[in-house]
Amino acid sequence: MDVRADKVMSLSEAVKTYVKDGSHISIGGFTVNRNPMAAVYEMIRQGIKNLHVYAHSNGTGVDELVGGGCVGEIEIAYGGNGRAAPTCIRFKQAIQKGTIVHEDYSNYQMSLRFHAGAMGVPFLPTRSSLGTDIVNRWGFSKEMRKKNPKIPNSKLIEMENPFDGWANCRKVVLVPAITPDVTIIHVQKADQQGTCRIQGLQFCDADQAKAARNVIVTCEQIVDSAELRTDPEYNQIPFIHVSAVVPVPFGAYPSSCYKHYDYDPTQLSDFAKAAKDDGAFKAYLDKFVYGVKDHQGLLDLVGKDRLAKIKADPRTGYATGLDRK
Amino acid sequence: MDYTLRELMAIIAAREIKNGDIVFCGTGISMVAAMAAKHMNAPESIIFFETGAIDSALEEIPMAVADPRVMYCAASNGGLLDAFATMQNPITGERVIGILGAAQIDKFGNMNSTSIGDYYRPKTRFSGSGGACDVASFVPRYIIFMQHEKRKFPKKVDYLTSPGYLDGNGGRERAGLMSGGPSAVVTNLAMMRFDEKTKEMYLAHYYPGISPQKILDNMEFSVDISKATEAAPPTASELKILREVVDPQRIIL
Repeated sequence: MDVRADKVMSLSEAVKTYVKDGSHISIGGFTVNRNPMAAVYEMIRQGIKNLHVYAHSNGTGVDELVGGGCVGEIEIAYGGNGRAAPTCIRFKQAIQKGTIVHEDYSNYQMSLRFHAGAMGVPFLPTRSSLGTDIVNRWGFSKEMRKKNPKIPNSKLIEMENPFDGWANCRKVVLVPAITPDVTIIHVQKADQQGTCRIQGLQFCDADQAKAARNVIVTCEQIVDSAELRTDPEYNQIPFIHVSAVVPVPFGAYPSSCYKHYDYDPTQLSDFAKAAKDDGAFKAYLDKFVYGVKDHQGLLDLVGKDRLAKIKADPRTGYATGLDRK
Repeated sequence: MDYTLRELMAIIAAREIKNGDIVFCGTGISMVAAMAAKHMNAPESIIFFETGAIDSALEEIPMAVADPRVMYCAASNGGLLDAFATMQNPITGERVIGILGAAQIDKFGNMNSTSIGDYYRPKTRFSGSGGACDVASFVPRYIIFMQHEKRKFPKKVDYLTSPGYLDGNGGRERAGLMSGGPSAVVTNLAMMRFDEKTKEMYLAHYYPGISPQKILDNMEFSVDISKATEAAPPTASELKILREVVDPQRIIL
């Protein structure tokens, strides 16, 4: 592929092209913020199965993917989604019922693992988790690891500091690199080639993108390259990493997108209510995911009034005074 | 003076924060405590979040650490690697105090926020570490919020997510962790600290109207109650700060 090509395509085509049953994926954002929700719903709609998901704390998106039956295996630091769901509900149920295979890490470890993948090194050291069950208990068995060349043979490895205690450190934990088949992120602005500008917190999005074989970028707005290149120091991901660019206004909804819209407390709490019951959850999916053609369909169901309520105040970047009870 | 237990817990934790501390803050009541401290005893404290925001304006209380409310008017909006570097960097790291919570805690302050029962098919699954294990591994002192119930204070945690003092005095050093560890456990009944020599939890303060025996009755392991005194109730000005400045919408409280 010519990396300078115009990569703009529809979301359904982007997902169909780059996400397959069994793909190893990561999604951007963090709990209630900038999750690529339009893409998550599209994966559910396309009936993608057995995904291997790498997650630090991607609350909203991970819970929907698990609930939508897309996930087979998950490596995760945190399955929670703020006040609406301190523990992600479908995630919790899936683990309790044993319908997904899981392995636990910490947020820093997952961040380092994406960073290692982006850098092209096999592992990075940290002092986090020494003496804990995060090191001692593996979610994936030795046999499962051996069978799957995409999973390293060990979870985490403790090692003496080979620099003889340099930097006042005797021991480290080595965390293995992650190189997803595809990473999907949602950003505020991108150009047609895929150069991205993220406003507000970056979380791990840039490393997740750079670590992946393919990257799907959904964005609030496509802008001219010339605009992004006027202040290139504000761009985090250059186009060379990106495979597909999809304009999707409100593409992170119901999670927030700084300077564009807040999270929707009503939708998040309605989801949490539905997620607690299999029947109600099926009805939720039928209405908001399977029952609509695309993300615009979901937004139409939600309605203009609700979307107006979460519109970001230009001063603060969020919906000042929004009723979040 | 009328106050709720949650208000008292937030104030007890806020009093632990020293002026000039760099406060690592999670969601919920820990955020209330950190924000309250800035208006009470620690006006020069700096709040930061694992998502990468530091010294945010916090005009409204964030509902999660990725809430856009932590991004507004921050000194910088970075990412997770930046936040965890702040804790480990020897210059900034030594000023950091963490505020954490957990589903279970043992007498050495080791915490479980992962699951109860068999790890593979747990009876109850929780959110998992998030950044908690990292914070507990890195920072010189941290406060832990807990609900005081027998099953939450077991002899042994079902899954050790975040390190306290591991197996006691010297445990962290033997494991290779940075020194430091939990300094206080704030519950709905009491405040506990850790003995300097043994690193075992002891009862420091019981809340007004709560007997030390009631506290022991709500734990699986026993703690020393001989040094315990009654906690000072919230003052009118502390309550005013909580109710009118920190969480007027009562989103957390």
